[in-house]
Amino acid sequence: MHLIEIQDLSKNFGDIEAVRGISFTVDRGEVVGFLGPNGAGKSTTMKMLAGFLAPSSGRAAICGHDVVEDGLAARRRLGYLPEGAPAYPDMTAASFLAFIAHIRGFRGAEARAAVDRAVDRVQLASVLEQPIDTLSKGFKRRVGLAQALLHDPEVLILDEPTDGLDPNQKYQVRQLIGSMASTKAIIISTHILEEVDAVCTRAMVIANGRVLVDGTPAALEARSPYHHAVYVRAEGRLPKLVIDEIGALPGVKRVEAAGRADDQGVYVLPQNGADIGPLVRGLLAARGVGVAELRVERGRLDGVFRDITMAA
Amino acid sequence: MRTIGIIFRRELAAYFTTPVAYVFIVIFLLLAGSVTFYVGGFFERGQADLEPFFDFHPWLYLFLIPALSMRLWAEERRSGSVELLLTLPITVPEAVIGKFLAAWVFTGIALALTAPFWITVNYLGHPDNGVILASYLGSFLMAGAFLAIGGAVSALTRSQVIAFVVTAAMCFVFIATGSPIVQGPLRAWLPAAITDGVSSLSVLDHFSSIIRGQVELRDLVFFGGLMALFLFANVELVELKKAD
Repeated sequence: MHLIEIQDLSKNFGDIEAVRGISFTVDRGEVVGFLGPNGAGKSTTMKMLAGFLAPSSGRAAICGHDVVEDGLAARRRLGYLPEGAPAYPDMTAASFLAFIAHIRGFRGAEARAAVDRAVDRVQLASVLEQPIDTLSKGFKRRVGLAQALLHDPEVLILDEPTDGLDPNQKYQVRQLIGSMASTKAIIISTHILEEVDAVCTRAMVIANGRVLVDGTPAALEARSPYHHAVYVRAEGRLPKLVIDEIGALPGVKRVEAAGRADDQGVYVLPQNGADIGPLVRGLLAARGVGVAELRVERGRLDGVFRDITMAA
Repeated sequence: MRTIGIIFRRELAAYFTTPVAYVFIVIFLLLAGSVTFYVGGFFERGQADLEPFFDFHPWLYLFLIPALSMRLWAEERRSGSVELLLTLPITVPEAVIGKFLAAWVFTGIALALTAPFWITVNYLGHPDNGVILASYLGSFLMAGAFLAIGGAVSALTRSQVIAFVVTAAMCFVFIATGSPIVQGPLRAWLPAAITDGVSSLSVLDHFSSIIRGQVELRDLVFFGGLMALFLFANVELVELKKAD
């Protein structure tokens, strides 16, 4: 059984088709990253999975429980962080989490233990007695995460879990997601492409309510023209003749300038991701060009993202 | 049931973690006191009863109850916490009833704090305490009915101001259905059977009969029915509007 199962899921708001027939499954151990421009349907899909929005057609199930027919059972197995991490601003973090624990069916000492565990995981102990209203953005987000994790659910759906956090906090949240990945099925949405590379085992690009790409982050990178491109910076200026020779090497598509005024280097772009590193290195050695820097690029996700979503 | 209890406790506690509870109670007591003494002529009447006190409750509730009910759902929707609440393993009826009960018990607390009036009339004379008890019950039921109306209206909008104004207007209609302001225009168009039916929906009539000491089944059914109807509407409206 797949922990998350979506079949031909659609959602219309009046005439607007927010989600148009999405199907996929997620298993234990997978961290799926939803990528896509604003308004692509990422949040709408998540809201349907969480049972907040009713699908216009199609079905979705959490741990085999249909989110509409058997919504209560589905929601029991789900931890959900809504976009913006809403909470009750007047409550303290401690009383808010106690409320969630009680709703989740914990009682007395059990509830306190569950809250303590969640607080520990997201490092919230220092602000527990403060009203949520007075917390910084980072702590508010962590309160939301603690709320989603509290019952140690098998399925986690986190809508922009690192939005608005500083780089250190982003790192912590990614570490946290990574540490839970092996035992759960997790979906996160994000605008940050490096995040997909950092925590996701699978990237899903969504635009105009459809899944355009579903693959590993590496496969996504491989779509980039810069995948396996070689960056070369010579000591001094690279002779025009050598550049032409590199351009004529087998497997090389073209050579382009690095693009920044203070950067003397060039990018050598391969054809179909061919491994041209050794050839370029060999040629430079044969021509006696002193190499200051030479590295093979993995690919540029932002370019891939743009190409995929703009074409849609 | 347990879930309703948890939501109820959170909501009731929320009144007291903000100034809402204290402001509401103080204003309620001040207004209840001043209208009883200055407008109702409590002393001038020379009677040991609380009729002037209860007579003004419909009018106090007319703007105090909407102030309490306006935030019930509008606030949740505006802040987005409704998405959190309704993706927890609870049902919409549980959330609606838990919130309603918290607001209702809160008005009960405010009402209970008027007990010094009761003690005062017992000190001054020999009132019919049965009538006073019935009046308290009537007032509490009326507050419940207005809160149920306000809760349903609050689910319609994310603007608390709109929720307040619409609730106050609806409560006014329910207070005044028996009076010329509503009956006048209706009588010009509708047969007497219908205008009498509309008139029998008057909160004021049912409340008046209770505070005269006559608690009849039809009055209890009336207030219970109003609450049930609007709580049902509340559930439907939350389902319908939650994601807008």
